[in-house]
Amino acid sequence: MPTMIQATGLTHYYGPRPAIDDVNFTVEKGEILGFLGPNGAGKTTTMRIITGFMPPTRGKVTLGGYDVVEQSREVRKRIGYLPETVPLYTDMTVSSYLKYMGTLRGMPPKDIKRRIGDVVDLCRLGEYHKTIIGKLSKGFRQRVGVAQAIIHEPEVLVLDEPTIGIDPIQVVETRRLIQDLGKSQTVVLSSHILPEVSMICQRVMIINEGKIVAEDTPSNLAQRLQGVNRMEVEVGGPSNDVISALRKVNGVTDVSHRSTQGKDLYMIQARGSQDLRDEISKAVVSSGWSLLSMQSVGMSLEDIFLKLTTNEEL
Amino acid sequence: MRTVQAVAWKEIQIYFSSPTAYIVGMIFMALAGFFFVRDLGDPFPEASLSPFFQGATIILVLMGPILTMRLMAEEQKMGTIELLLTSPVRDWEVVIGKYIASLVFYLATLALTLYYVILLVTFADPDPGPIYAGYLGLVLYGAAILAIGLLTSTLTNNQIVAAVVAMGILLVLYFADAASTTLGSTASSIIGEVGIKSHFDDFDRGVIDTKHVMYYLAFIAFFLFLTIRALESRRWR
Repeated sequence: MPTMIQATGLTHYYGPRPAIDDVNFTVEKGEILGFLGPNGAGKTTTMRIITGFMPPTRGKVTLGGYDVVEQSREVRKRIGYLPETVPLYTDMTVSSYLKYMGTLRGMPPKDIKRRIGDVVDLCRLGEYHKTIIGKLSKGFRQRVGVAQAIIHEPEVLVLDEPTIGIDPIQVVETRRLIQDLGKSQTVVLSSHILPEVSMICQRVMIINEGKIVAEDTPSNLAQRLQGVNRMEVEVGGPSNDVISALRKVNGVTDVSHRSTQGKDLYMIQARGSQDLRDEISKAVVSSGWSLLSMQSVGMSLEDIFLKLTTNEEL
Repeated sequence: MRTVQAVAWKEIQIYFSSPTAYIVGMIFMALAGFFFVRDLGDPFPEASLSPFFQGATIILVLMGPILTMRLMAEEQKMGTIELLLTSPVRDWEVVIGKYIASLVFYLATLALTLYYVILLVTFADPDPGPIYAGYLGLVLYGAAILAIGLLTSTLTNNQIVAAVVAMGILLVLYFADAASTTLGSTASSIIGEVGIKSHFDDFDRGVIDTKHVMYYLAFIAFFLFLTIRALESRRWR
């Protein structure tokens, strides 16, 4: 598949600290890519750069072969953008707003008329198309936001937190809509909700403190740590000796140590689904240390996210 | 061009449906009316619009910025600027569109004062020259004020700040020629030429001098240029 968006060495500073730091990624044509990260990770900054709203401090992005800084207008012709705050002119009606946005995107009047009908149906704005936007609920405003982003049938759709602040039923509808749109368009979306991203996206990029910390398909991300058995034990004993003793246990692949609140905790990773509890307890007790607790630790996608986006060891 | 038209049309619709614009228009008309009738009680009143023209110059300094303060500041406050600047529009199209809208509302308000002309022509025999020239001057003068207002509105997301800063700049420019008389020498003549009010007075006397027309046109072009650059600068930051 041809490349739609290519970002190289993207860096942006707001102050002394970079909001994003040397971010590299590519988005293939027709792909749905999700940026996942906690608030303030740099998702919005990245999207603003892709859409040409602001230039990167360093680095380069091309969209459909056009440079977003040098050939900004060509890029802007090809994108539909839904910013996080859903900017709407609250004193306009839904249809006049959509007409206005269509005109700004350079659509001929007769296409606008046809497309307003289409997007009103797609976004289920039906009976509200003559309503003043200021009177709509948050969920409907979100739909209007999506409608304006797709009215000109852009090649690339950039959606910043498309499901934030709307009720669960609308969330499901919005996800379905994005998946439908993803069949014909390239979609880049951001979210801080993991299940959402893994549900909608074909590829996920986890971004934290301005850096991409992992990038894969949702299932691969889960698989990376699946089949690995993890266990956390608390042992009273000299930590270096405990680590080397635990490492010697057959089947253990890695041991890491941390101490919190005076407790010495060891994270043990083991291959496959082997049950090592017996072996480990024997190894600890036979060395004369006390085994204070032992629990197995699952690794859901949520944990991967946490693991990848917090410095703290799990 | 369609973009300019779309932006202008949207803003015009907002003007004609917003209370702020009507309140400004109403205050302008009330004060203009006051200046128009002020001297009519004299024993030998002059059939002239000069008191109205002179009064309008100071009313516009205070009212013009209120008309323009919303235009760009609100886009920035509401975040709609993000959609505007990520649409394939050119910055000048946005600026010119918004400017035209404010100009249309101003001209519509000014058109209402033509009622005074009808009164003068019906009940007296005014000299038409100063009336034509005065209106031309007032159109140019108001257009210059709106250009400054649009610039300050682009520089902030706070409408009040936009209006107050514009009023401040305009008051300085308005009283510039008064200040120039106390300075003397070259500085005096430079400051006098920069002032927006001194260029209006010839129009009021019925003189259409290209020098003054050019002053206002250059003034408008300069501030619209700055506005476009200010909008562009958002892309560099």
